Amino acid sequence: MSDATVTTTVKPKAPRNQWWDVWDQFKTHKGAMAGLIFFVFIVLAVYLGPFLWKIDPTYIDFRARNQGPSLAHPFGADQLGRDILARMLAGGQVSISVGLTAMILSLVLGTFVGVLAGYWKRLDGMLMRLTDLFLALPLLPLLMVIIMLFRDPLRKMFGLEAGIFILIVFVIGITSWMQTARIVRGDVLALKEREYVLAARSIGTPSRRVVLRHILPNIMSPIMVSATLGIANAIITESALSFLGLGFPPDYPTWGRLLFDAKDMIQQYPERVIWPGLAISLTVLAVNYIGDGLRDALDPRIRGR
Amino acid sequence: MNIKTALMGTVLGTVAGFAMAPAAFAERGSDGHVNIIYWQAPSTMNPYLSGGTKELEVGSLVLEPLARYDAEGNMVPFLAESVPTVENGGVSEDLMNVTWKLKEGLLWSDGKPLTSEDVRFTWEYCTSEGGGCSQSEKYNDVTDVEIVDDLTVIVHFGVPKPFPYGPFVGNQAPIIQKAQFADCTGEAMASCTDQNFAPIGTGPFVVDEFKTNDVVSMSANPNYRDPAKPAFATATVKGGGDAAAAGRSVLETGEFDYAWNLQLAPDVLADMESKGKGKLVSAFGTLVERIMVNYTDPDPALGDKRATAAHPHPILSDKSVRQALSMAIDRELLVEIGYGAAGKVTCNVLPAPAIYASTANDACMVQDIEGAKALLEADGWVMGSDGIREKDGKKLSLLFQTSTNAVRQDFQAIIKQWWNEIGVEVELRNIDSSVFFGGDAGSPDTFQKFFADVEMYANNFDGTDPEAYMANWECKQAPRPETQWQGNNMPRYCTEEYDALVAEMAKTGDLEKRAELAKTMNDMLMQDYAIIPLVYRGRVSAASNTLGGVEINAWDSELWNAADWYRIKE
Amino acid sequence: MLHYTIRRLLLAIPTLLFISLVIFLLLDLAPGDPMASIPLTVPPEVKERMREALGLGEPVHIRFLNWLYQFFIVEPQVAFDHLFGTDFSEGKQRIISFQSRSPVMSVVAERMPQTLWVVGLSYVFATLIAVPIGIISAYRQYSWFDQLGTFVSMIGFSIPTFFSGVLLIVIFSVTLGWFPSIYDTTHEVTDWSSFVFQMKQMAMPVFVLTLYNAAQVSRFMRASMLDNLNQDYVRTARAKGMSEKVVVLLHVLRNSMIPVVTVIALGVPSIFGGAIITEQVFQVNGLGQMLITAIYASDAPMVQTLTFIFAVLIVLFNLIADILYGILDPRIRYD
Repeated sequence: MSDATVTTTVKPKAPRNQWWDVWDQFKTHKGAMAGLIFFVFIVLAVYLGPFLWKIDPTYIDFRARNQGPSLAHPFGADQLGRDILARMLAGGQVSISVGLTAMILSLVLGTFVGVLAGYWKRLDGMLMRLTDLFLALPLLPLLMVIIMLFRDPLRKMFGLEAGIFILIVFVIGITSWMQTARIVRGDVLALKEREYVLAARSIGTPSRRVVLRHILPNIMSPIMVSATLGIANAIITESALSFLGLGFPPDYPTWGRLLFDAKDMIQQYPERVIWPGLAISLTVLAVNYIGDGLRDALDPRIRGR
Repeated sequence: MNIKTALMGTVLGTVAGFAMAPAAFAERGSDGHVNIIYWQAPSTMNPYLSGGTKELEVGSLVLEPLARYDAEGNMVPFLAESVPTVENGGVSEDLMNVTWKLKEGLLWSDGKPLTSEDVRFTWEYCTSEGGGCSQSEKYNDVTDVEIVDDLTVIVHFGVPKPFPYGPFVGNQAPIIQKAQFADCTGEAMASCTDQNFAPIGTGPFVVDEFKTNDVVSMSANPNYRDPAKPAFATATVKGGGDAAAAGRSVLETGEFDYAWNLQLAPDVLADMESKGKGKLVSAFGTLVERIMVNYTDPDPALGDKRATAAHPHPILSDKSVRQALSMAIDRELLVEIGYGAAGKVTCNVLPAPAIYASTANDACMVQDIEGAKALLEADGWVMGSDGIREKDGKKLSLLFQTSTNAVRQDFQAIIKQWWNEIGVEVELRNIDSSVFFGGDAGSPDTFQKFFADVEMYANNFDGTDPEAYMANWECKQAPRPETQWQGNNMPRYCTEEYDALVAEMAKTGDLEKRAELAKTMNDMLMQDYAIIPLVYRGRVSAASNTLGGVEINAWDSELWNAADWYRIKE
Repeated sequence: MLHYTIRRLLLAIPTLLFISLVIFLLLDLAPGDPMASIPLTVPPEVKERMREALGLGEPVHIRFLNWLYQFFIVEPQVAFDHLFGTDFSEGKQRIISFQSRSPVMSVVAERMPQTLWVVGLSYVFATLIAVPIGIISAYRQYSWFDQLGTFVSMIGFSIPTFFSGVLLIVIFSVTLGWFPSIYDTTHEVTDWSSFVFQMKQMAMPVFVLTLYNAAQVSRFMRASMLDNLNQDYVRTARAKGMSEKVVVLLHVLRNSMIPVVTVIALGVPSIFGGAIITEQVFQVNGLGQMLITAIYASDAPMVQTLTFIFAVLIVLFNLIADILYGILDPRIRYD
């Protein structure tokens, strides 16, 4: 125990963790900081909000039907008299968690396939034909088949909510990784012929390290763009799924679903489309700025300046 | 056997008066163009190939039956001189032969005369082997269609038919031209694309161009029997989009004259109507939105025996549970939220025509949550600590499924809340209609398989005779693996008394007795709470303020009187 | 490169056959029934007979081989007959849609014009707008132009078209009355006024789609340009005294095109797939609307044929993209 303390104090000024540099650089990016603050705010709001705003999002109060904003219902109430603020908060939990996890899954999958195909020529043909196949499959029948086959087993294993969550994330991930894979592969094909990669390889750096240290950092920007577009895509796809009856039970609010349900009432109750629309756009915008800042911060050429 | 007197008392009066409508002095084609929007686009013009409502209705602009129903549900002759009955000698005393006489001088739109040959051919066409005619049910038990002379046919049935108006009546069974379809019977039915897209008809319009699932361009039939009609020279039926867009195009922008089937929230519709460009029209047929209660156990653990009569439902077999579920529902509020003027509260699964409508179950009109709680309590279902009632270790927990549709999802949410109040836990599920209403035996989510505890949808029957409809709840109609899960008895309701009544009705000709039987059957279903009726639904469509002569019809095609439509001149 | 192209083209044949098999099996497995839209009043026995008439009684492999024969033998013959007035296809069964019982290919031909006009044009516009926006945004990073571009493209991408389309209709058709809310597919351009009408009815759907597509392309363009602007070769080029224009538009742009080419190549086949939601909202009734109605109606022959044509285009355009990589960056070699 004391040994440990001694060694740390004795050791002359350990080299600063490079993530601190990244963070320092990130902080100088105003847009990214604003995006991060907003994103944290949204996440806190949707997860902690329900503890403060205790109305049940599925509770129907017939007297409040179609009410405009009031103290009891700051965002108003919907056509059944459900509180829109509570629904926005509950919907945000689903949309953000589905959006983030599905995006990450599709990104990881896409990057993995893209790097493998771009870097190892032997895998290229097979993996890219697989990508072609997935691009060509008609989405809706595919979803219906996946849901039909896996809904009940997953439900049994993980329970209703967790089961459907896993299913939706999986479904969105598996149907949206192809673009990332194609883009990453294109960049890797070009990068692996660059001088520094050739140099690294010629001194016998193992392939795994070449990929992780030299190639991946240099394809961060298209990956970041894919991430921002992916999160928007996932939130909207989730709403399409639940509308088709393939997602969460129909009384579960999500942002995409709130937006879809309200679109016919755009003239009568415009606020009902504005809230979810704004929430989706601002979240995507925030993620985009965070991505921008992160990309700059990770780029040592910029960080040095 | 006096169906005529009750159903068709005012037939000739109303029709004759109608023919004198304002357009009578106009000239054919003098009113220019009419724009109709069907947001579900028709995929063919031949009603015998697709039984879908959109195809039947758009097809009715071109093809006509011998007789059809008017807006009040009375049968009126169209191509026939009159509607045959036992009284006028048209129907034989043994109810096995019906004689139809065609109007004189009728021409097809290509100028050929309409004859008995065409009528006989229509029967041959629809019953030909391998064709898959969607209306073959209408020609059930027809043994022959005998040609007496050019204008007279006798339809022979193999069994007595108390209600002999299946063949050649209503928009499901119009007459097609023999000359055009002669080579299209049997397996060739599907390959006659030109004929199916542009059938030659006797109706007010002729197809000029048909783009499947998109748009139909039509012009006035030069040989239509009334030389002054139709008032419109051309017509377009456009498809695609959704109900909101269709409503908007008639009520708000005025681009279209008539929009079909606007199932939208009542306040949205009211707001659209307030723009002053058009008005909503509605009519009531026999459509009832209902909840079906599963009498059998849908537990997945039962494997092959799942949702079959082998295992009664653990909680819904208890009548007081079914009754409590029904009592907890406030139907008036459902109507107000979901349908507005296009819905009425009902306590019957057979709400119309008036002679069949029972009043024995009207207690359901008033919500009674306390009563429902007391009923469950008395029956031994006690409230658990989690707010869910239980008895003998079984919890009152239900899976409630329906098709995807905004109004149905609202209903699900509301009903769930009421049921929660009486101590029933509810899980909701919505399923895309193409799966839910499809009969795919491989899918677990069809409404026939009913792998849930309760399910909600709407159903009705063609025309005005409920015999076939009431026979839906016979024991043998229950979907089960042996029938590849086909059948219409979703609750798997099965009693000897009910089956006996069905058999009785099949051989009863007297209208009043038939009405009595139908009412008894309805009351049995209602008082057993096998079916929980919710809303008696009407059709809602929108017509532009400048379109005259519209008379929406829930018993037949909405476009049934398009020949009488005209442009209101300012 | 030629060798590579030929090899890829040859390889495309088994790939496509395999894809068509997977699609076929998927559609066969998918729950759904062509009889779902038939009213409940039609009894189950009749529906069963209708299914048989559609050929659904046959086993899967027979139906698949049938489709292959019809797609690869009969349909080309029909097209040939149509062009040269021959009669090779006389009496042969074409691919027939379950919904309309008409040949699928003639419906495709009927739907092509509006889809190419609306979706194709919007894609051309989107590319033409997005590439310069991406370049300027990257070159002047964090300028007001860049910020505005980011904002607009993020809004454009995150607002689903089912909402933005309805919004436009409410503003421009209902309130202002400028544009028709429903697209007229029977309209023919014959003179100036009909041309103006065509422009009017295309305005809103084209705008919605352009915004959506441009958002995506411009983001990738910007990111890729940013990456390259900091590279050593740019500094070298500048040091050698090359003009800014040459540096940016020749060297940086060329090296930044790879992700953009990928995205565009992925997008072009989707023009053929139509824009499902936008076509629905504006009733354009092109290939997208046709695909979605076919899916809802479980019209397997139509979905299969459309998806397969789509697959051919995907394979083709991804090959084109791969060839373009080699041209943009000669160091990329496949052999």
